[in-house]
This record gives sequence, structure tokens and C-alpha cells, in this order.
Amino acid sequence: MISTLGGFSIFLALGVALYAAAAAIAGARSNREDWLASSRNAVLVHFCLVTLAIFLLEYALVTSDFSLRYVANNSTRGSLTRFKIAGLWGSLEGSILLWEWLQALFAALVVARYSDRHRELMPYVQAVLQGISVFFLALMAFGVNPFARVFPIPPDGRGLNPLLEVTDMLVHPLLLYLGYVGFSIPFAFAMAALITGRLSDEWLHITRRWTVVAWLFLTCGIFYGGWWSYRTLGWGGYWAWDPVENASFMPWLTGTAFIHSVMIQERKRMLKVWNLLLITLTFSLVIFGTFLTRSGILGSVHAFADGPVGAMFLGFLALVLLFSFGLIAYRSDHLKGRGELDSVVSRESAFLLNNLILVGICFTVFLGTVFPLLSEALRGTKISVGTPYFNRVSAPLGMALVLLMGIGPLIAWGRASLNNLRRNFLKPLLGALVATGLTAALGVHDTQALLAFLCCFFALGAIAFEFVVATRARARTTGEGRLQAFAALLLKSRRRYGGLIVHVGIVVAIIGIAISSVYKVEHEQTLKAGESLAVGRYAIRFDGLAAGERPTHILVWANLAVSRDGVPLGELSPGQRFYPNQQSPFASVDARYRWNEDLYVVLSAFERDGKTATIKAMVNPMISWIWIGGAIVVLGVVVAVLPERRLALLAVRSRPQEA
Amino acid sequence: MSWKKALIPLATVPVILLLAYGFWTDPRSIPSPLIRREAPNFRIAPFDGAEISLASLRGKPVIVNFWASWCFPACYEEAPLMEATWRKYKEQGLHMVGVVIQDKEPNAREFMQRFGYSFPNGPDPGSKISIDFGVYGVPETFFIDRQGRIAYKHVGALAPEVMEAQVQALLKG
Amino acid sequence: MGRAAFARRDRGRVRGGRVGVGVVALAALFVLAAAGLAGAAGAPAPSSQALVDERVREIASELRCVVCQNLSVADSPSDLAKEMRNLIREQVEQGKGRKEILEYFVSRYGEFVLLDPPKHGFSLLVWVLPFLALAIGAGGVYLVARRWAARPADAPTPADPGYLDRVRRELTEREDGTA
Repeated sequence: MISTLGGFSIFLALGVALYAAAAAIAGARSNREDWLASSRNAVLVHFCLVTLAIFLLEYALVTSDFSLRYVANNSTRGSLTRFKIAGLWGSLEGSILLWEWLQALFAALVVARYSDRHRELMPYVQAVLQGISVFFLALMAFGVNPFARVFPIPPDGRGLNPLLEVTDMLVHPLLLYLGYVGFSIPFAFAMAALITGRLSDEWLHITRRWTVVAWLFLTCGIFYGGWWSYRTLGWGGYWAWDPVENASFMPWLTGTAFIHSVMIQERKRMLKVWNLLLITLTFSLVIFGTFLTRSGILGSVHAFADGPVGAMFLGFLALVLLFSFGLIAYRSDHLKGRGELDSVVSRESAFLLNNLILVGICFTVFLGTVFPLLSEALRGTKISVGTPYFNRVSAPLGMALVLLMGIGPLIAWGRASLNNLRRNFLKPLLGALVATGLTAALGVHDTQALLAFLCCFFALGAIAFEFVVATRARARTTGEGRLQAFAALLLKSRRRYGGLIVHVGIVVAIIGIAISSVYKVEHEQTLKAGESLAVGRYAIRFDGLAAGERPTHILVWANLAVSRDGVPLGELSPGQRFYPNQQSPFASVDARYRWNEDLYVVLSAFERDGKTATIKAMVNPMISWIWIGGAIVVLGVVVAVLPERRLALLAVRSRPQEA
Repeated sequence: MSWKKALIPLATVPVILLLAYGFWTDPRSIPSPLIRREAPNFRIAPFDGAEISLASLRGKPVIVNFWASWCFPACYEEAPLMEATWRKYKEQGLHMVGVVIQDKEPNAREFMQRFGYSFPNGPDPGSKISIDFGVYGVPETFFIDRQGRIAYKHVGALAPEVMEAQVQALLKG
Repeated sequence: MGRAAFARRDRGRVRGGRVGVGVVALAALFVLAAAGLAGAAGAPAPSSQALVDERVREIASELRCVVCQNLSVADSPSDLAKEMRNLIREQVEQGKGRKEILEYFVSRYGEFVLLDPPKHGFSLLVWVLPFLALAIGAGGVYLVARRWAARPADAPTPADPGYLDRVRRELTEREDGTA
């Protein structure tokens, strides 16, 4: 019953979405308000239908209805309820349903919010959004049906991969999907602007907050994924340049470039074509990412299926690319910018460089990801492009970006004179040199690390300088106390200072990345009871193995006593988890996570008699700074996105509109 | 629209074609550089019987099969075929050696007993043999001709037709 | 507007070195905060065993663990990777060089076992293209910036005083950092 009802609601939703798109276009072209109203209602009906479908599937999962193949594959009777719920996005079909639900939700929100505004753009925005939904619904209706049945009904399900039965699974995919789906909104508005020929900056203003929020979710998703990897997988790393990880990173890069370059378009009316290209690229990369995950053309830990889905995704990607790029080319004559620059040395140029570097990194990541395929196509041999390549190419570019984060706030819009540069740059630069010198004195001698520190200190110094100067200036003019002035600054110019806080977060994270990779110390040793292994300043003594039964698996762990410089610090118990239907055990990491360094320990192997164990331990200095930096980024976005004062809004609205 | 502008959308076509090509490749299949080269020599101490070295088998066709008891389901699928082929062709001079990868002796013996393995199988301590043959998964089977060269490498469970064809080729050459 | 912004910036310059001191203090605070780093960096001089370990790790991190997804032999927890590391250790102790050891594995597994594509032949493309693209991009950015800077400014259009007031108010907000 659930199966039929679910399948039916998907087909019906498909029809409604098609209708909504068609009615919107027809209504716009013939100026029929009743058709437009009908199409808006259809969007809401579409959302209700998809909500019904997702509710049905969740109901089946939670009640362990194994007559549905998807439920049988992604949950077990004994799982905790929250993991049954998470089973919805455990594999292909359900994840598409979740994506489509978010897509329908966002479309409904957009319709509800703008139903009485932007009347020229909205019908086409709706049409594009419904079009995207049509694709995902068609995937389910004609490709992989989440409501497919299975005979005979198995007594119990296979369950989620044990790696996924963790709380992280409840968070990470949702964050990413919110980011991915969120980017479809500015994309839809951009397409609508191109279709209607209303090529002013209107679409930018409307979608600014959507874009930033989508970016926030994607950023959180990426950081969270790294954090999850690090704590769980047992190799001590957080990013492997896996094709699917890259696929989430690429839209992030172009999305970041987009957020910056729209500021130039808003101020100077330049870069219109570029911005349209960027948002199209961002959305295309989102689809490309999903394509990679679901087509199996590149091997990856995250990839989950094959079948007709891959071809359908490629077809959709081709459609999106050809259609949007074609539109941009078609309208390019009307997209010439109006603005001008007073000098090549200016904040605008810094933004252009920012874009260049971000797109450059994106190009490199894309090249590295598809190069194996290219090499095989043209040469017939298989090569691999792995971590060393990506790190080597993105590290210097990353440093250049950090430098720009420092230069940006210090350099003026329009024209930066030499005096201006000298005055603004001198103090942060001096501060950075002093700080780097101190760092070297403390024992850091690696040139790469020192250079990285120099760039990061400079950027942080420049941002701090900016905050301090502005606070003082405000305090002086308004007579407020320093703290009050600071708070008022944040509240008044949220966008600017929120943005600076985001930069601080990124720099902190980059410091964490640089230091934890350069100064990581690792040691692996086979120990008998009582023996110790030394890593960094820590000593780890093996005190014996133990085993115990857990509800879903058998856990074998090593009891370890940890001390640093002779001072006992406590115990760690890394282990291995043995699941009944898995060939090899999963690592159970134990670690001391501290803000300045992590002591990370894994049980690599052990003898059945419990007499010896192979322990791998590593010290990761400052790795927590990555996660802390991520939290600062979130704080910065929250500050930036809170609604600006009405006055500013009014000023924007009543600026003379251009065609 | 001038042709210059059409370049923008057309520039995406090569990328799409490249991705489409991806459907015809298998990201997991990696070509071996050892094909048609001399097979690396090895010494193996079978669970039952005397030590065997590959060099001593020069002049005869040899099948080297890498397997493990935890390799489920592929090794279990091809095991009956391995034994059957051995029984059928051993009179004609075919030799077969099984190399057990990263397994425990009791489990390996249980596997051998289950499928009635009568050809020599032995462990690979230190994975030297596996690494020399560039093995990256199980099961993998190498067909070595009378000149000691690797004629063919099969990744995954062997199908009867493939096995038959390869054995015939070995026996002829 | 650009000139007004510049003039206002001047006001931000603070007399004396107070901001400078502030920045240095901040930086120093930062360095102290990185004390954990000092621990790792100031570790005792490595023993010869540790040097061998380091060499093994270096070489192993250039090889792909063939039974994992996208991990290096250095990072991989798998058994085969462990044995490959042992093999590398043996060869390092025998005095073999990096190229030799890598070639050992390439001759058995093919080029795929190298995590990085080789720097010759067709694969050279993947190393060169990013820098080429960046160079071309940088050139493009410079040309675009120059073209914009060369464009003459439009003659200012007369505006009504009410509008001018609003503009002035907006300007003040921008100078204080709203922008």
C-alpha cells in the first residue's frame, strides 16, 4: 500500500511540476494572471505531494516495513530510530527523494516570499526550479524508484553501513544538500533574468541572502565531513581529495568567487557576464558532483550506484550547460558593464585576483579529478592523480588567497595611492614579521610553515587593524565606549564585518591545516603488555587487550596508559569493531582532542591471544584550529546575513534603475 | 548569434563527451604491466607437500591463483571451477598453484577442504608474492605459458569459457 | 565617491604607534597561543631509527594503497599497505634510493600505483596546465583592469538636493564602515 501510494505521489508530483512550469511560462508570455496564480498553487501542491512521499518512506523505515526494497537495504529492525530515519539518505533512491523534497521546499518558499513582487522574473524562476524538480522526479519515476517492492519479504533488513550508523550521518548529508539545493535559487533567478532580458542587477540583490546561506550550508557540510572523517576513519586525516570530496569543493570555490565578484557588480556595475557564468558554473558543478557520486565513472568511497541514473544525470548536466551558456552567449551584447576603475591598484583588482585564484584552484581540482579519465581515453593507460598533486598545487594558491584577505580590507575602492598603501600596510606587515620571527624563535624552522605563518599573521593583522581603526573612529565620533562602538559596528555594517569575521575563520582554519600537516608526528609499533611506544613527547604503554559484545557488533580494544614528559595523562582505548555481515573490522579511534594538539591512537592489529597489539599513534599539532576556524566562519556568516537596516534597503530600492 | 558567441556553450561539449566516455571504463580495472613479461619467480611452501618454485616449472603451463577465505563471494564462486580444471588437465601437463593472501591457516584449510582442493596451495608471508605479481585484490588468476611469461591476468571470479580458452592457449603454446 | 572614500580613510590614521603596538601585541598573543606547536617543533633530535621511519613515510606517501580508495600507502591501515611499508623499509635499509623503490612498485603495478602522475609524457599536461591557466588568467585580469582604468569617467548628472542629501547620508554610513 505504501509502495503504491508512494509511487503514485511521485508520478503525480512529476505531473504537477510539469504543469507548474508550463503554466508559469504560458502565463508570463500571454500575461494571464490566473494562469500565473494557478502555477503558484501548483508549486505548493507539488511540495505537499513530495512531502507525502517522503513521509511515507520515513514511515516505512521507522516501522521496518521490509516489503520495500529500499527499507530492506538501508535499515534493520534493531537499529535506533534516528538511524532508521537517517536511512532515508543512506543510499541512492532515498537520497534523490530527499534532494527533491528540499528542492520542492525551496521552490515553495521562494514562491511564498515573492508571490507579489518581481512579477517579471518570478514565472521564469518558478519554471527553472520546477524544471530541476522534474528531473529529480523523473529519476525516481523512470530510473530508480524508492518505493520498489521486494519479494520475498526478508525477515530483517541489511542495514546501513556501520560507518554510517552514527550521529554524524544525521547532520553531514543534510548540510551538503541544503547547500547544493540552495544554489539553485540564485541560478534560477539568473536564468530568469537572462530569459526575460531584465539584465539589471535586480536578480543579484534578491538572491544575495539565499546565496550566502547556501554557501554557509555547503561550508558547514564540508568542514563537518572532514571532522567526521578525522574522528572515525582511523587514518588520521580529514580530506583525501577523493573525487566526490572534490565534487563538493568545486562548487564551494566558484560559489565563494561569486559572492565576492557580485560585490563589484553591485558597486560598479561591472562583471555582469562573469557573474552569470560563475553562478551557472556553480550550479553545474553541483549537478556534476551528484553525477560523480551516482554514476560510478570515477572510483570513490562515497560513490553509491550505477544503472541508468548515471546517463540521466549526464543528460541533465548537458542540458543545463548548453542551455545556460547558450543563453549567456545570446544575451552577451546587453551585458556590457558600465563601470570604470580609477586605477589598476585598487580593491576591485584585489577582488579580480581573488576570483582568478579561486577559479584557478577550481580548474586544477577539476583537471586533477577527470585527468585519469582523460588519460585513459587518449592513451589507454591508467594513471592516478592523488593527494600530493592537489596539495602541491593548491597550497601556494591558498597562501595567495590568504594574502589577499589581508590586502583587501586595507586597499581602497577606486584608487589606492602609494601613501594610502604605505600607511595601511606598514603596521600589519611589521606585526606579521615580528610574529613570524617569534614563531621561528620558538622552534619553527620549516620554510613553508614560516611563509604560511607570515601570510596568515599579515591577514589577521590587517583584519584586526581594520576592526581597531573603525572602532576607534566610531567611538571618537559618537562618544560611545570602545566595546559599545565595536558592537554597534557589527550591528550596523553586518555585511562588511561579518565578512571579515569569516575571513578570520578561514585563516585560522588554514593555520590549522598547514601546521597539522607539516608537523604531524606518527609512529607505529607492535607492543607486548607493559611495553611503551614514544611519539612526540608522549609515551603510550600497552596494558592489555579486552573484548566485549555490543548491541550491533563485537568490540576489541587495547587499554593504553598515556603520559607526556613522564606525567601520566590518563587512558585511551582504541579498538576494532567487528560487524556480522562485514568482511573487515572498522577502526574505533580514541584520541585526546585538545585545542593545541591532538594525540590520536589507533589499534592497527592484534594477536588473538591478546598478548601483543600493534598501535599506531600520531600527534597532530593545531588540528583543532581547523574546526574552530569553521565555527568562526559560521559566526561570521550569521553576523553578515542578519537583515540590514531598513534605511539601507530604502536607499537601494530608490536608486535609479537602469534597463 | 555570431559564431564567436556560440563558442561559449560549445566549449562545454568536449567535457560532456569525456564524461560520457567514462561510462565505458571501469575505474577499478587496472591494466597490469606484467603481461607478456617473464613471471616473477617465487618459492612457496604449500600447506601440504614440498616447497615449489615457479622457476622449476619452466617449460610447463602454470596457473597461479590468488585467493583468500574471506574473499566472499567471488573466490567461492570460482573455486569449483579451479579444482575441476586442475583435475581435467593435470594429465596434459598443466600445473596449478594457489597463493593464499592474508589469511589464517585454519580458515584456508577449511576453504580447501570445502572445495576438495587437490592442487598445491600455500601462504604468502609478507605478501612478497602478491606484491611481485602486482596483486591488488582477490581473486586474481595468472596464466603463465611454457616460456615462463604471463600470458593473461584475470581479475575477479573466472568464468568457465574464459578459463577454457586460456588453458587451451597455454597448452598449445 | 572614490575620492571622498580616500579622504575619509585619512582620518583613520592614528597618531603615535598605538595601533602598531596593538597589532604586535595581538600577534604575540597569537604566537603564545601556538605553544602546542613549539612542542612538536622543538622535539628532540631524531634517532637514526626515526630517520629511517621518516624516509619510509615519505616514499610510502607517494604510493597509492591499491586496496583502498584514494589513500596513500603511508596512511592506509590495511594489511597489504603495512606489508608494502615493510618492503619499503627493507629497501631503504639496504640503501636503495627513492626512484629505485618507486620504480620497483611501478614495474609491478603500473603507473597507477604512483599517487602523483609522472612528470613526463602526456601526464606532464596535468602539471603544467594549472600554471598555464593561471598565467593566462592573470594576464587577462591585468588587461581587463587596465581597460577599465582607461575608460573616461561619465560627466556627473545634475541631481535634486533631496537625492543629494540621501547620497550624503549613505556616504557617511559607508565611511563608518557600512560598505
